[in-house]
Amino acid sequence: MSFQLVFLWSDKLIFLLLAVAVATAIYVRRHEHLLLPWKRVAKNGVAMVSLLVLSLFLLVGLLDTLHFRSALPQTGGGEKVYSPEVLSVFDTLVGPLRTHTEKTYSEPFALTLYAKESMTDAHGNILRDYPRLQYGGAHLADVSQRTADVAKRALIGGGLGLLVGLLSFYLTHRTVRCTSGCDLAVSIATLLLTTFIGAVVSLATVYHVLGTDKVGQDVLYLSLKSIRTGLIIGTVTTLVTLPLALFLGVAAGYFRGWVDDLIQYLYTVLSSIPSVLLIAAAVLMMQVTLDTHPDWFDTAAARADMRLVALCLILGLTSWTGLCRLLRGETLKLREMEYIQAAQAFGVSSLRILTRHIMPNVMHIILIALVMDFSALVLAEAVLSYVGVGVDPSMISFGTMINAARLEMGREPMVWWALAAAFGFMLVLVLAANLFADAVRDAFDPRLNRTETAT
Amino acid sequence: MSLLKVDKLVTRLRNGAAIVDGISFDIAAGETFALLGESGCGKSMTALSLMRLLPDGVTNAGGAVAMDGANLFDLPERSMREVRGGRMAMIFQEPGLSLNPVMTVGAQIAEVLALHHDLKGAAATARCIELLGQVGIPDAARRVDEYPFQLSGGMKQRVMIAMALAGSPKLLIADEPTTALDVTIQAQVLQLLRETQDGLGMAMLLITHDLGVVAENAHRVGVMYAGQIVEQATREQLFARPLHPYTQKLFAALPDARRGGQPLSAIPGSVPPLGSITQGCRFALRCDKAWVLCREQTPEWAIVEGRGVRCHLYRSAEERVLSAESPRDSDRTLGTQHSALKSQHSALLQVSDLRVHFPIRKGILQRVVGQVKAVDGVSLSIPQGRTLALVGESGCGKTTLGKALLRLLPATAGSVQFAGKELIGTDAARSTMQMVFQDPYASLNPKMRVAEILEEGMSALNIGGDSAARQAHIDGLLDKVGLARDSKWRYPHEFSGGQRQRIAIARALAVSPQLLICDEPTSALDVSVQAQILNLLKSLQDELGLSYLFITHNLAVVEYLAHEVCVMYLGRIVERGATAEVLRAPRHPYTQALLSAVPRIDGAGREYVKLEGDLPSPANPPAGCHFAPRCAKRMDACAAYPAETELSATHIVRCHLYDRKD
Repeated sequence: MSFQLVFLWSDKLIFLLLAVAVATAIYVRRHEHLLLPWKRVAKNGVAMVSLLVLSLFLLVGLLDTLHFRSALPQTGGGEKVYSPEVLSVFDTLVGPLRTHTEKTYSEPFALTLYAKESMTDAHGNILRDYPRLQYGGAHLADVSQRTADVAKRALIGGGLGLLVGLLSFYLTHRTVRCTSGCDLAVSIATLLLTTFIGAVVSLATVYHVLGTDKVGQDVLYLSLKSIRTGLIIGTVTTLVTLPLALFLGVAAGYFRGWVDDLIQYLYTVLSSIPSVLLIAAAVLMMQVTLDTHPDWFDTAAARADMRLVALCLILGLTSWTGLCRLLRGETLKLREMEYIQAAQAFGVSSLRILTRHIMPNVMHIILIALVMDFSALVLAEAVLSYVGVGVDPSMISFGTMINAARLEMGREPMVWWALAAAFGFMLVLVLAANLFADAVRDAFDPRLNRTETAT
Repeated sequence: MSLLKVDKLVTRLRNGAAIVDGISFDIAAGETFALLGESGCGKSMTALSLMRLLPDGVTNAGGAVAMDGANLFDLPERSMREVRGGRMAMIFQEPGLSLNPVMTVGAQIAEVLALHHDLKGAAATARCIELLGQVGIPDAARRVDEYPFQLSGGMKQRVMIAMALAGSPKLLIADEPTTALDVTIQAQVLQLLRETQDGLGMAMLLITHDLGVVAENAHRVGVMYAGQIVEQATREQLFARPLHPYTQKLFAALPDARRGGQPLSAIPGSVPPLGSITQGCRFALRCDKAWVLCREQTPEWAIVEGRGVRCHLYRSAEERVLSAESPRDSDRTLGTQHSALKSQHSALLQVSDLRVHFPIRKGILQRVVGQVKAVDGVSLSIPQGRTLALVGESGCGKTTLGKALLRLLPATAGSVQFAGKELIGTDAARSTMQMVFQDPYASLNPKMRVAEILEEGMSALNIGGDSAARQAHIDGLLDKVGLARDSKWRYPHEFSGGQRQRIAIARALAVSPQLLICDEPTSALDVSVQAQILNLLKSLQDELGLSYLFITHNLAVVEYLAHEVCVMYLGRIVERGATAEVLRAPRHPYTQALLSAVPRIDGAGREYVKLEGDLPSPANPPAGCHFAPRCAKRMDACAAYPAETELSATHIVRCHLYDRKD
């Protein structure tokens, strides 16, 4: 075997989440009335397009989650030695993007670096000019050929992408019958996306489509790698927040009395401490612990990953108060509803009332709050990285990209593309998540769907 | 000369469905025109169209509204603003929601005065006080600086009326002005409206679903159904002989003691959804006089004996009129004679001296500084198979009593015995008593399907056998309450109000209780649906021998359904007796006032016992007899709370007027 699979902590958590999601999906498929709202989601064009975009992000994130260490060339019959570098399947797929590093900043589609340097020409003269890039557009002799070449490659790539899209349509349509309604919007979106991806792939092999950063890394590669970090921060933190907020909020609202007092004190105290300070203190303590035990980890990646998971935990433990307060308020309203009293009159146990009557009726709040939190958490990571208590500096994330942009924006001429790339990717990710969550919420609200099922 | 003339008014939803479909009427100065109809038939939309205040998504699609000869639909928005409040004013249903809670009452009235009469400063204040005095608010000079939360519901509605009058309108639109108020307050407000109208010569458009209110206040009546006026007549004509089958049914559906044990003639089904009927008569589906023509051809407006009606029965002149008999003896569905005899009179539920007090806490240490005595020493008993009605104004503790019996609220003192077993302090016998709630829209969990709702009680109490047996039981329950069996896999929002109340009743019956506590089960429903539910409750009683504790403020329902009545005032029962005794010969001055406040459809001269003021706070009840401050017959002895006086074996009253002179 020439490689060794590596399961980092965050990988395990993601696989756990994935397993739960698959199990839920199978359970839902077997129950007609649970499937019904999802069928409504499937009929919603906007929802399906957002889902398509989201699943692309998820795909990248998941490919980036399959980690391994490749074996080093054997040196004299000893036991196998694996590279200290942990790579993911995604890294190998986009090989050139990762390895084609330039010297420093270059603009998108540039052939030269962004700053002039002193060079010696063939005659020994020293002149200051923009040096050519090592990889970006290296096949071209001259800047004047660039436009034509970009157009040609984009067309070829786009055409191939379109072809793949059409082919996949042809295949899926013969096997799966798409229900009406979603057809048009989703087909167009799929074709547009495949065309776009085709063009980008074709261009990315020879150009730095989104430019390069300070140390010459391709910004497109950085952005794609950041997706996994963003998804982990968004979802794993939720795993910690949700049970806390849901249980405490609903319990406080339903039981009132001393339970309510206790929980209220807890979250009032917690939310009156400046959260950045609290998080910074926790992260710094965690960092010291990790630093004093280098023997816990065999690779630098494992250490950076542990730090990410710990950050998620800390963020989760400090950010449940908002949702908890919302849920408490809603539960206070719900507990006075007559159907709760009817259940009490039957002697239904409190736990059952909480799970059967109250929780389903606060789900819409949870769904919206979580998706809103998702973007807030990705941003929180950026803020924390700025203060220096975020993810490990070696870990690529939107936060570190934005943090680096702080210096780049202050330059003249300005380096804008790294920030723009991070901004664009986050925008698409968060927007798609929001639109999808909105459609899901609508589909699950029985009051909004009366016309369809009443007949 | 009519003041307001509405001609073929059409109001549509954006998707084309007509909410108001070509209605025409006119109102003369000094006249009250009532629009009568069930919820969802377009009454309020008509009023909002007149004011040009339609909500988003609803548009005027034709017709003309002329006021004093000027077409309101042609006016620019600027001059329309002068019409609103100035020439035409509106009173809304919920006085609690239509006053701004952060402005004083005076400031809100002054706003109208500044806008329409250019009155400011001291002159405006003086006029405010005058207006408040005019609508019967005592101590107006002080009230003018108070905030809405300091006023009771009836006072707020008076303030709303004062606000409407501030612009000296020629037309007053009153949209269900008394629906949210108690009967006693309703009587006060209706009287106020009549007096103001007489004094100022205003025209009034009264929108209501209550035939009693129409009988009290209207001069002419338009009956609306599904966006159309189906009948228009003077009050006398309409009450003497309604022509349209729908109007006849409305009269027949009113509960009344005279029909005693017989089922009410309910109108089957409910109002059709908007725009669903494009051809034929809109009432045809629910009408028992409908024939083929009714489904094929839309009936035209016909003038019969100087009154209008939209029905094929009167299409060809007047000979057909003969077929429409008086509603009083028309189409009475045959039912099983209710047998009062079969029930033995041993008490199933025996409540003695039950008290429910809520502590009032103040300060950081949460010390108890007082008690709200919501229920203060109530004793009653309900025999098997009988119905006890509990009546009283809102805030008198009726609902609290019901919830305390179910142990949803802890009782402070007293005992509740069910079939000889003490219930207070235990959690036993949950299945023997169940509750049907007031609002069927709030009493069913929107995220649970009907089968799950019905099964909940069984699984909580561990009865009903295995899952198959329970499903069979659920099918049986649905049959019993008159719902289709396949409705058990649907969610509550797919049902109408009446059907939801049936589900709520089925849920209560699922655990085979012996006593049902019905907390105003029909007050959120339309008259025709109310009749369906009352019939259902009555037939269930006959079939299953259920006992009911019926909590209500609707005395007509009491007359129809109850065997015994308890009248409650400020947490205590002031009069108790057989229904006939209490309602025919009320002894306690409060019962007398309550009964006289109910608007009667026969409208014939009744003595109105005016009840002053509002219900006092139960946190601070008046010393002695609680009713004394509002009582017209108070005397010195009222300083002490009266003891029970037995007037007959069944009739008990607590009033010094009937003290035995030993």
